[in-house]
Amino acid sequence: MPSNTTRPDQQHFVAPIEETPLVAIDKVQTEGKPSNLWRDAWNDVRKRPMFWISSALIVLVVIVALFPGLFTQVPPNNDCQLANSNGAPTDGHPLGFTKQGCDIYSRIIHGTSTSLSVGIIVTVLVFVLGIVFGAFAGFYGGWIDSVLSRLGDIFFSIPYILAAVVIMSVFSQYANVWVISLAIGIFAWPATARVLRAEILRVKNADFVMAATALGVSRFRILLRHVLPNSIAPVIVITTISLASAIVAEATLSFLGVGLPSSTMSWGNDISAAQTDLRTAPQVLILPSIALSITVLSFIMLGEVIRDALDPKARAQR
Amino acid sequence: MAGYIVRRLLQAIPVLLGTTFLIYFMVFAMPGDPIVALFGDKTPPPQVIEQLRERYHLDQPFIVQYFIFLGNIFRGDLGTSFSGQPVSEILAATFPVTLRLAVLAIFFEMIAGISVGLISGLRKGGIFDASALVVSLILISLPIFVVAFVAQYIFGIQLGWFRTTVGVGAPTQDLILPALVLATISFAQITRLTRASVIDTDTQDFVRTAASKGLSRTRIVPVHILRNSLIPVVTYLAVDFGVLMVGATVTEGIFNVPGVGRTLYQAIIRGEGPTVVSFVTVMVLIYLVVNLLVDLLYAVLDPRIRYAK
Amino acid sequence: MTEIVNTDVQQTSVDTGERPLLEIKDLQVGFTTQDGLVKAVDGVNITLYRGQSLAIVGESGSGKSTTAHAIINLLPGTGHISGGQILLDGQDLTKASKKEMESIRGRKIGFVPQDPMSNLNPVWSIGFQVEEAIKANGIATGRKEVKKRAIEVLKQAGLQDADRRLKQFPHQFSGGMRQRVLIGMGLAADPQLLIADEPTSALDVTVQRVILDHLESLTRELGTTLLFITHDLGLAAERAEQLVVMYKGRVVESGPSAQILQNPQHPYTQRLVAAAPSLASRRIQASGSIAAAESSMAEDASAAAGDAIDLIATAEARAEALEALASAPPAIVVENLTKVFKIRGSGDFTAVDDISFQIAKGTTTALVGESGSGKSTVAKMLLKLEDTTSGKIVVGGRDLASVTGKEMFELRSRMQPVFQDPYGSLNPLRNIGNTISEPLYTHKVGTRADRRARVYELLDQVSLPRTLVGRYPNELSGGQRQRIAIARALALKPEIVVLDEAVSALDVLVQAQILRLLADLQSELGLTYLFITHDLAVVRVIADHVCVMQRGKIVETATTDEVFDNPKEQYTRDLLAAIPGAGIQLGA
Repeated sequence: MPSNTTRPDQQHFVAPIEETPLVAIDKVQTEGKPSNLWRDAWNDVRKRPMFWISSALIVLVVIVALFPGLFTQVPPNNDCQLANSNGAPTDGHPLGFTKQGCDIYSRIIHGTSTSLSVGIIVTVLVFVLGIVFGAFAGFYGGWIDSVLSRLGDIFFSIPYILAAVVIMSVFSQYANVWVISLAIGIFAWPATARVLRAEILRVKNADFVMAATALGVSRFRILLRHVLPNSIAPVIVITTISLASAIVAEATLSFLGVGLPSSTMSWGNDISAAQTDLRTAPQVLILPSIALSITVLSFIMLGEVIRDALDPKARAQR
Repeated sequence: MAGYIVRRLLQAIPVLLGTTFLIYFMVFAMPGDPIVALFGDKTPPPQVIEQLRERYHLDQPFIVQYFIFLGNIFRGDLGTSFSGQPVSEILAATFPVTLRLAVLAIFFEMIAGISVGLISGLRKGGIFDASALVVSLILISLPIFVVAFVAQYIFGIQLGWFRTTVGVGAPTQDLILPALVLATISFAQITRLTRASVIDTDTQDFVRTAASKGLSRTRIVPVHILRNSLIPVVTYLAVDFGVLMVGATVTEGIFNVPGVGRTLYQAIIRGEGPTVVSFVTVMVLIYLVVNLLVDLLYAVLDPRIRYAK
Repeated sequence: MTEIVNTDVQQTSVDTGERPLLEIKDLQVGFTTQDGLVKAVDGVNITLYRGQSLAIVGESGSGKSTTAHAIINLLPGTGHISGGQILLDGQDLTKASKKEMESIRGRKIGFVPQDPMSNLNPVWSIGFQVEEAIKANGIATGRKEVKKRAIEVLKQAGLQDADRRLKQFPHQFSGGMRQRVLIGMGLAADPQLLIADEPTSALDVTVQRVILDHLESLTRELGTTLLFITHDLGLAAERAEQLVVMYKGRVVESGPSAQILQNPQHPYTQRLVAAAPSLASRRIQASGSIAAAESSMAEDASAAAGDAIDLIATAEARAEALEALASAPPAIVVENLTKVFKIRGSGDFTAVDDISFQIAKGTTTALVGESGSGKSTVAKMLLKLEDTTSGKIVVGGRDLASVTGKEMFELRSRMQPVFQDPYGSLNPLRNIGNTISEPLYTHKVGTRADRRARVYELLDQVSLPRTLVGRYPNELSGGQRQRIAIARALALKPEIVVLDEAVSALDVLVQAQILRLLADLQSELGLTYLFITHDLAVVRVIADHVCVMQRGKIVETATTDEVFDNPKEQYTRDLLAAIPGAGIQLGA
């Protein structure tokens, strides 16, 4: 077709202006409350049932740990009578008796604070060590990064439960909540440090960091005020999960016999003690296991919900 | 690629030294008599104490002790257990069993984990995905000994499908239940990792371009989505090995599997400190080697590493 | 409902009875989000005949890419076609089954995507991915045949030693080569229609022209009908016979591209014409001077666009301001500046190689180059974000190398940057007020009340509402964020502002607004600009002097007029030729 002829359906068409009104270029559109990553995350998390379930469970666990007296009047150790060995539930003893004749329900209630204490101490330790090492390694780079990363690799190479086993074997006579927490925490920090380091490597090249440098803000202040807050999100997720892992670790150590002494109320100890009678009285083992699992599950669920809320890709789609 | 391998090997050496040093340090550099401390509340016969003192050269400076220890390890001399048997012999006898158990476990967790993860990721938000999520979360929350006992009780005692403990010589069919137990937690992690990876890959541009070329979905899923999603899963395998080692210790103990884990378990229970140290050292060394192999596997899977410009 | 405007008497309409190859009728595409259904495409009509070329032009959010993806039914996420028809040679694609679509894709409709890096699977070799396309569309069978065909495709794409290339991986190819491979794959089955989605936006400027020429010659050879998507009106008019302008999911104007460009009727098209840098620079060159260009634009068109986005008006304003400046002393002097990076494993990389230039106070100097030219490194060295390897930088009479500590701190307040990525230049966790006042806080300027007042003052200067102080960056658009970045840069009343590709990531109309803002601020505050960019067309509008950089060296430096009227180096000529819109007739 010659170039100056046009087909009828390809003529110059202009849409009527009423149907295609123009808006001002780049008009500022902000309604509602100001929001950033944290507020958006909170709004997202609020709507999820898993958040409320796990939070409720955690609150329950904390209350049980702090005020066991509210839940049971029976002292966990003093009333054990061998006559009740592996006995069935009776009045005032809703879950029955252990092999020693102790009240299972009471032992579960009193064991809560032990598990929770270990969980919290380990988490604080891992959080602090992980952040300090990860931040310095990631932000300052160079030889600091080489040294700290190698250090992290070394500690990471020994699975922390195995390391805790070795430590507790050596220090078995000093075993208490603090020692065991230290033993677990000392080898568990590299995972957190690595996560933070990776995030910091990503954030520190952002333009707003360069802009702050061009302003003359000191390196350290840039780390504190610009880089760290924008890198902390994945650390929060991993910390929630590490709390759960610490509780499991303590139970595993107790189960292996290198955990807390049998005089300390611990779910792991109870499970370990109940294994010989698994065939005849399985409930003695299963019941504390359920308590342990529910506690751990609630923290894992919370971590899962937080991860979804803070995930940048999921945010973009909201 | 060769450069990558060499660099990884070089990086591994200080880590190796540091790790073995750390283990040795934890046991022998602490204040107090390490020999007595190693045995906890048990008192070994005085000849054993004397033997051990001599063995570990406790009169020498700590650094010398450490290098002697290191040298011994590499010469294969891992000390003797309480029963008098050289630890290296025990290891040689028990290692094949644990290897079989581990291979079974890895097989289960990979096949099941990747399949479930793939389907969950492709049908995100559906019923399968939601159920798989709930199951995964529960499995991750259960400590391995709980899973082991529950499995032993239900499948061994109540249903009688499997023997509750493994028979002499550890025939493979007896290893199935312990392997499944061992695989449980890793299965849950692999499922979630695969799922996240699949979801991420499915939104990549090259998947859409593959479709625009006229490829069918049946080809795109395995060739483009699954293949690319495997890379993070492989990276996880290194960490997984550590989880398996700990799990094996517990599982073999409960199911009475005559493997490395059970020996370690018994040594821990009996408070045989030196044996525990030797075993843990060897396990850590194996863990380091596995890490190295996984890094190499990663280079095989990702040509960007293999042929760095 | 259609307005048929026939301004050119020589046009006749002829109905040949031929069926169009592609007919899109009242297409509706929506996305399901948390807040309900969002319409991305709302009643689009497009007609395309065999052998023709058609370009869809629009900004981001116009629905142009969505329309293209809807044709082959590869909409991302929750996108779906909610109404209308897409007829390919009479067959309604919206009703086609999955299997039918799979066989149509590749065979009848080819697709060339935008970003060549992310559109090739990094773990499979190039040969594997090309052969995949060949096998899927039944062009060849049997290993040997398929491989032979694959080599043909690569050869046609212009790749030498295709045999060796087959085994290589995407990351071993350059951007231009990758795009050629993608074009080759798209055309491998000789489809009737080829859809190209911004095929050159992710490539270097000089490579863009080569690739487009290549695409054009291939499609002409094969007789393929071409539908391509672009945001650049000049490019669209140059390469396509038919033009469709989209805005907010609707078609606002369509027809023969020459007609639309000469006589844009819809106000939105008029805005685009006024704001497109490529058209503005062509117009200036064609008319001989800025003043002549301004008067050559159709009266109502430029009035509709308004001064704020009329690039030629901006250029005029700047040219007047420049005259008013008496010959000014240099604000920045760069002498023999060199930067060498030490890369582990591959030796040294010279990013900046012995360059020298000066910027007079109150003027704008543009540093132009493609990726790898070293222009960003120069900016970083100027701002002392990178160390120099050798050479001198003198700012306001002080040699940067000798300034340290407190003096450096104070000197920093006199030169401030604005960076390219609006989504990375503001800390997402700080509100706007804090971001803008951070410079004041860091340099301890005034009391808290003083700083607050200054923040309001700055927001006024960049034409943003004061209510934004409590808001966060994620609530603002790219253009708004750049304004905040500019406000922050101006907080300490600097003399020099370094703009590193500051408008490159913005939509055309927003870009024009920001350029106008920058020009106004410059004349108001007497600022000196170092403007770094890859886009020579933008340079025509806002720069007084130009330094062209290639691979670390300055190849040409002159006033803007000289560079455009009389380029001396071949590379400069290449860059000029790469500005789209060479073949269009502009003006009455």
